[in-house]
Amino acid sequence: MWNREMETIPRPQLEKIQAERLRKTVERVYNNVPFYRRKLDAANIKPEDIQTVKDLERLPFTTKQDLRDNYPFGLFAVPREEVVRVHASSGTTGKMTVVGYTRNDIGTWSEVMARTLGCGNVTEKDIIQVAYGYGLFTGGLGAHYGAERVGAMVVPISGGNTKRQLQVMVDFNVTALACTPSYALYFTETAAEEGIDIRSLPLRVGFFGAEPWSHNMRKEIEEKMNIKAIDIYGLSEIIGPGVSSECLEQDGLHVWEDHFMVEIIDPNTGQVVPYGEKGELVFTCISKEALPLIRYRTRDISILYPDVCRCGRTHKRMNRVMGRTDDMLIIRGVNVFPSQIESVLLEIGETEPHYQLIVDREGNLDDLEIWVEVSEKIFSDEIKKMEELENKIKKEILSILGISARIKLVEPKTIARSEGKAKRVIDRRDVYTK
Amino acid sequence: MKVKQISVFLENKSGRLATVTRVLGDNGINIRALSIADTADFGILRLIVNDPDKAWQILKNNEFTVSETEIIAVQVPDKPGGLASILETLEKSKINIEYMYAFVGKSGENAVVVFRVEEIDRAITFLQENGIRLLTGKEVYTF
Repeated sequence: MWNREMETIPRPQLEKIQAERLRKTVERVYNNVPFYRRKLDAANIKPEDIQTVKDLERLPFTTKQDLRDNYPFGLFAVPREEVVRVHASSGTTGKMTVVGYTRNDIGTWSEVMARTLGCGNVTEKDIIQVAYGYGLFTGGLGAHYGAERVGAMVVPISGGNTKRQLQVMVDFNVTALACTPSYALYFTETAAEEGIDIRSLPLRVGFFGAEPWSHNMRKEIEEKMNIKAIDIYGLSEIIGPGVSSECLEQDGLHVWEDHFMVEIIDPNTGQVVPYGEKGELVFTCISKEALPLIRYRTRDISILYPDVCRCGRTHKRMNRVMGRTDDMLIIRGVNVFPSQIESVLLEIGETEPHYQLIVDREGNLDDLEIWVEVSEKIFSDEIKKMEELENKIKKEILSILGISARIKLVEPKTIARSEGKAKRVIDRRDVYTK
Repeated sequence: MKVKQISVFLENKSGRLATVTRVLGDNGINIRALSIADTADFGILRLIVNDPDKAWQILKNNEFTVSETEIIAVQVPDKPGGLASILETLEKSKINIEYMYAFVGKSGENAVVVFRVEEIDRAITFLQENGIRLLTGKEVYTF
């Protein structure tokens, strides 16, 4: 365990820390973030009304739309000079969601990621290959800083070039791997092609997140790699990876509650639901400086388990993410909203675009195909122009989402409509069910 | 001198061509000529028919993606070199041909070549100035 004292802290003490940090956070956002001042004023709540952990329920929610409305830095609670890092994820209308970190926030992030790696017993003796993307995406640098905090030797290889990744894994005697679960499976496939037996390597543990994955996938990864596959969870709005992690019991993900308070709400009523009931995950950052979001609605569906884990950690566990309350997809670790595709089609001249996203797993990599019904507005009798159109859609989608998609032009009414509304997404991966 | 052509967007899957032609046939539309351009995924069917406006409406009613474009039609003597001399003339104008196709009429003595060009008005003027006879829509629809 990286931080035994905090990770096994008795609940009453943990809640005392939470209450104190929550109180300070609310006071700070009220004074420093006009958005929160307006929201609290509108809800008729004074910062001094928030004294206990139970008072959290009284606070208004924050949504992704709020981040968008305050793009890029409007929700920051510190002067720009104190922000030492930003990360960003693609937005629904071309606008990114930007998040910021102070020096202390980077320290907090390193700490929670160190705990996450500690859940798989990573120490300074380990060599960890970080194959999450480095850059605006939080995955790479988040895992990196946590691994350095633990003192492991970091191989910051980022994503891509799987053959080289394998060579590094073999030659450096890598013991831990951090990447998306689908990339882990792709590893096994490439290894098989290259005649490398991953099972016999020193690799013993993997930290997989940034996308939903099924129980079957976990079994497959564990079998093919001969490792423990640990589910990790996070989102950039809260901090990035490191919000919660499974321990070796693999029985739910511990939310690092001294930094992030967690609730499950009924997405329709906004009411907190009892433990053990399914609902939407909501997080409140109680130690962040640059971007302390209050009751941020993740749209991820999960269940909370409050009892102490067999591993001894007292921090509540959340179920592996079981779905979404909106239509967001995670494709190759990238958040994709169907409305992003729609905005591209509107731009090229479709006034009422009919389209469908078909997501599948080709081998072990996510594959996105977009069907676009050809209307008279975009139809041309020249093949050249139609191919230009296809390429234009493809290029725009690549630039907005950062992932490539195959575009398939189809005839009108090809896409099934129910009650006049087209089904926007067909996800054949079944990531939430199996 | 402009001739109306009907274009239909079709996916590359079996039965689509049959469906289009059946719909037209059932509604009394006679196809004079057709050409298909295709990629791996889709094709564009171009049609010269006896009544283009009606054909357009029928296809639209049947929820096809359809467009009407203007082309030019040239009567070409059905003998060796007939087409070449017209293309040579057109070449001098530097007008770009997007695509073209040909068909032979009922009499069998003359062929008709249809051109889809970038600058249709300039092409018409140029060809006429060079003594090439262009067919009217009416002539082509009943050729």
